[in-house]
Amino acid sequence: MATLTLDNVRKSFGATDVIHGVNIEVTDGEFIVIVGPSGCGKSTLLRMVAGLEGITSGEIRIDGHRVNEAEPMERNIAMVFQNYALYPHMSVFDNMAYGLKIAKTPKDEIAARVASAAKLLQLEPYLQRKPRELSGGQRQRVAMGRAIVRKPAVFLFDEPLSNLDAKLRVQMRLEIKQLQRELGVTSLYVTHDQVEAMTLADRMIVMNAGVADQIGKPLEVYENPQTEFVAGFIGSPATNFMPAGSVGVSVGKTVGIRPEHIQLTDTPTRLKARVAYCEALGAETLVHLRLPHGQLITVRQGGHLPLPSEGTDLWLGWHDAAMMVFGADGRRI
Amino acid sequence: MFVPDPFGLKTQFVGLGNFEYLLGDPYYRASFVTTAIFSSLVTVVSMGVALYLAILADRLIKGSGTYRTLLIWPYAVAPAVAGVLWMFMFNTRVGVVAWYLGLLGYDWNHVLDEAEAMGLVVVASSWGRISYNFLFFLAGLQAIPRSVIEAAAIDGAKFWTRFRTIVWPLLSPTTFFLLVVNVVYAFFETFGVIHTITAGGPQQATTILVYKVYSDGFVGQDLGSSAAQSVILLVLVGILTVIQFKFIERRVHY
Ligand SMILES: Nc1ncnc2c1ncn2[C@@H]1O[C@H](COP(=O)(O)OP(=O)(O)OP(=O)(O)O)[C@@H](O)[C@H]1O
Ligand SMILES: [Mg+2]
Repeated sequence: MATLTLDNVRKSFGATDVIHGVNIEVTDGEFIVIVGPSGCGKSTLLRMVAGLEGITSGEIRIDGHRVNEAEPMERNIAMVFQNYALYPHMSVFDNMAYGLKIAKTPKDEIAARVASAAKLLQLEPYLQRKPRELSGGQRQRVAMGRAIVRKPAVFLFDEPLSNLDAKLRVQMRLEIKQLQRELGVTSLYVTHDQVEAMTLADRMIVMNAGVADQIGKPLEVYENPQTEFVAGFIGSPATNFMPAGSVGVSVGKTVGIRPEHIQLTDTPTRLKARVAYCEALGAETLVHLRLPHGQLITVRQGGHLPLPSEGTDLWLGWHDAAMMVFGADGRRI
Repeated sequence: MFVPDPFGLKTQFVGLGNFEYLLGDPYYRASFVTTAIFSSLVTVVSMGVALYLAILADRLIKGSGTYRTLLIWPYAVAPAVAGVLWMFMFNTRVGVVAWYLGLLGYDWNHVLDEAEAMGLVVVASSWGRISYNFLFFLAGLQAIPRSVIEAAAIDGAKFWTRFRTIVWPLLSPTTFFLLVVNVVYAFFETFGVIHTITAGGPQQATTILVYKVYSDGFVGQDLGSSAAQSVILLVLVGILTVIQFKFIERRVHY
């Protein structure tokens, strides 16, 4: 049980700045997800919290204590790696017990703790197996088990589900969420998958090129993106962006409208566009239309509505409230 | 299985006589002990130093080539040349090292002192192997995923514990491979070094089996005995290799 504070944390590798000052206050038991595109510095940030990467400037505090100089083992954290990083020559039991053995935990307590973690993660039948004899999902659970048995103050996850197939990913996502609720351990979770971020997070941090663009509850961030980047990154299919002038907005540079906020009609509304192609997904249909000057616009509508045929001209309409206006600096106006 | 008469005019069939004679020969048995000591020392020294250097290098480099190249060059020096070099350095009259040892009050004389002679051929033989072993160890170390080491660090293992419980076991396939290769090397390929530095002396103190094959056969002209020795040597290495591979199968598992 712990709080975690990042206070203007920066990181440079030689001359290249990778993290440009990140501030977060994580409260006890909170599940924070850091989401952003590849290369934006998510792993670097996480590794700084873990103590695997030095901190160029700023301060990291766990439970109010500065840990900048502390070794990884002194920080009372546990980390789940993307490739699981299991010890390939040890059994599942030994993998989970490793940290406890080093901490000189009594034998019977080790056995008890590993047993209860194995029960929680449904790993009991596999305790004597080697990692190579397990499926991807089982390895994932062992990695989680190894983190759990040490009862750390903070869990760190670096894209733990990205090596799993789509179905398993959804299942493990749920399991991780339940587990974290059950144990109530403060968690920092890195992913580039926005669905994972939306579903797991109590609060999420959207990172963009080493800067935390926005921190907030998933729905808040979705409904109220503070920058053009966040509006474009969170939400699938992505927000449509149009020049402010082209939709009659006099302030700002760009206007963003989410696909589900546009209605298609035969009668004139705001803009005319020609249907390029449709993707019928069952419950919903994505209609891609081309504006006269060539830009593609995506509209999401209910699957029960008739499919517009390709090549027909339709009108795009939306409420004023649906428009998200961004200035030249990419910030919300 | 044949013994020529003293003038080489006739050969007489003696069956396994050469083998019987050999096994009763105290000099031959002593040569076994010498070989055992010599090859264990060469293997331990060359692998130990190589592993130490590889660990240092593994921490230093992630991909850069210069340091590695720098450490390859002793391998390029042919073992015999290395032998000559070592012999000069330790030469009782003109050698640099021998001279310094003399200054320190140590009377170096590997021509007379058996232990010193053994030490010298061991060092000279190991020297050429270090780079080879180093490269394999380095490759082995670099093949261990960094995240596994990091996970161990987070689990609370300090450097030495990590080495003992993670790195060493994961390195064991490399280690066993090198063990086989180095023992075979020490058995056979050290001939040049021994020939140039000590010629098997003093008093056979550095006459390993392969050198005895040469000295009995070509110097002593006892071809029968020499041939028998070759056969024994061959069988021995075969057995050693099989044992080591059996051992590997049991120990190297993951
Ligand atoms: N050791 C290093 N030396 C130099 N640059 C580095 C180093 N580690 C990371 N970087 C750079 O820092 C930036 C951020 O890397 P990081 O691994 O944190 O990205 P990420 O957000 O985790 O991306 P991904 O989603 O692909 O894992 C990248 O541009 C990367 O090239
Ligand atoms: Mg990453």
